[in-house]
Amino acid sequence: MQPTNRSSRILLPVKLWFIYFSLILTLGFAYVPTGTFPGVPDWVALVLAFWCIREPLRIGMGAGFVFGLLVDIGQGAAMGQHALAYVVVAYLAGRFARRLMWFPLLQQALHVLPMLLAAQLLMVTVRLLAGAEFPGWLYFLSSFTSVLLWAPMSFLLLLPQYQPVERDDNRPI
Amino acid sequence: MSLVGHQPPPIFKRGPAPLARLMLLVCICLTLLVADLKFRYLEVLRQGLSVATYPLQMAAAKPADFVRNASHYFATLIQVQLDNADLRRQQLGSGERLLRFEQLEQENQQLRGLLEMSQRVGVRSVAAEILYNAPDPFSRKVILDRGAQEGVEPGLAVVDAKGVIGQVTRVYPIQSEVTLLTDRNQAIPVQVLRNGLRGVLFGSGQGRLELRFVIASADIQPGDRLVTSGLDGVFLPGLPVAEVAAVDREAEAFARIVCEPLAGIERSVQVLVLGRAELPPPLPQAAPAEKAEAP
Repeated sequence: MQPTNRSSRILLPVKLWFIYFSLILTLGFAYVPTGTFPGVPDWVALVLAFWCIREPLRIGMGAGFVFGLLVDIGQGAAMGQHALAYVVVAYLAGRFARRLMWFPLLQQALHVLPMLLAAQLLMVTVRLLAGAEFPGWLYFLSSFTSVLLWAPMSFLLLLPQYQPVERDDNRPI
Repeated sequence: MSLVGHQPPPIFKRGPAPLARLMLLVCICLTLLVADLKFRYLEVLRQGLSVATYPLQMAAAKPADFVRNASHYFATLIQVQLDNADLRRQQLGSGERLLRFEQLEQENQQLRGLLEMSQRVGVRSVAAEILYNAPDPFSRKVILDRGAQEGVEPGLAVVDAKGVIGQVTRVYPIQSEVTLLTDRNQAIPVQVLRNGLRGVLFGSGQGRLELRFVIASADIQPGDRLVTSGLDGVFLPGLPVAEVAAVDREAEAFARIVCEPLAGIERSVQVLVLGRAELPPPLPQAAPAEKAEAP
């Protein structure tokens, strides 16, 4: 694997435990009580989308479902609300994984934005149908702040896979 | 089975197609949502799974605790002095009322004894502090720092110094979740203090309350105070709840009555979880048949 398909840098293979470790870590971020402060990034959705794009064969909708349920429980939301959203994010990410790997990080972020917005729109629809109060347009700010973090987060999550650059002019690749 | 009667080699097996998997999981999610929001079947599952997420939640709450404690620590002397003066003034006012209260209580008990009415039971209460707003942006809920260990139960009323703020809806071991009166799904039975007119008060969003199912010709006007009626057996009767802000009698059969909460529902920090009120009197039974036949 490379950081993106156009890059010439070869990465080490990803470790499966690191994928789940990063997801559990972001679950902890999602549990930080920020109240109704607008624009808090949806960490779990972001990291889930990242791994579903990088490693579509190792992680997918099942993980989205499980982590969504855990977020629902921790945040006191309706059971299945985040699960539904994350399953859809995982599906869309996996669906566009092959295409997205050809783009640089900033353009990847632009592709991820509609996925996160779709997830939020789904959650709003479900809760409004159940008779809840509309949380205001600032609710959707969270997707935009999440997407701003795409590039730095990609770098951080790929750090364990980078290997030192070898200055060996005779190496075949 | 392929054409020549062989299974495909296992390296190509990837389970059901992504779209099929998506549909299956979406169906499961929708079932969960309906079961939770409509029928409330999943509280047991939620309690069970929350045991697993509990350590993570506790760890995640630490930064918030730290920020809150730090702001306490750096409270200025001037603020403390102002608070102190304010509290002294309030204590003077309430002290005088308390003096009379004891005497009134005595008198009330004697009168009730004379009337052979049931004594009102004293209720146990738990003082609690609001830790933070619940993160779910679709509802108006807060988290208290007292839970099942201190005897908080689902359904108990929560009040601040000025009136009712909400009801306990979920209880965790050392925390509990309170649904505020302004939540769209929260209702509370009330009566008008001036004339005893009864109604049910609902949250209507934007921090306001709405008194529903009161006929348009009812005797109610802006400025009326609403107190709990205690008919539900959950809230103690007579707790102040809200004040009528506007009455619109142009609506259909029922008047549209907008109310302002009296308590600092979205502001107060120190609250009291009140124990259960006495049970409502048993429903009147159908007249026994033999009595009708007797003489």
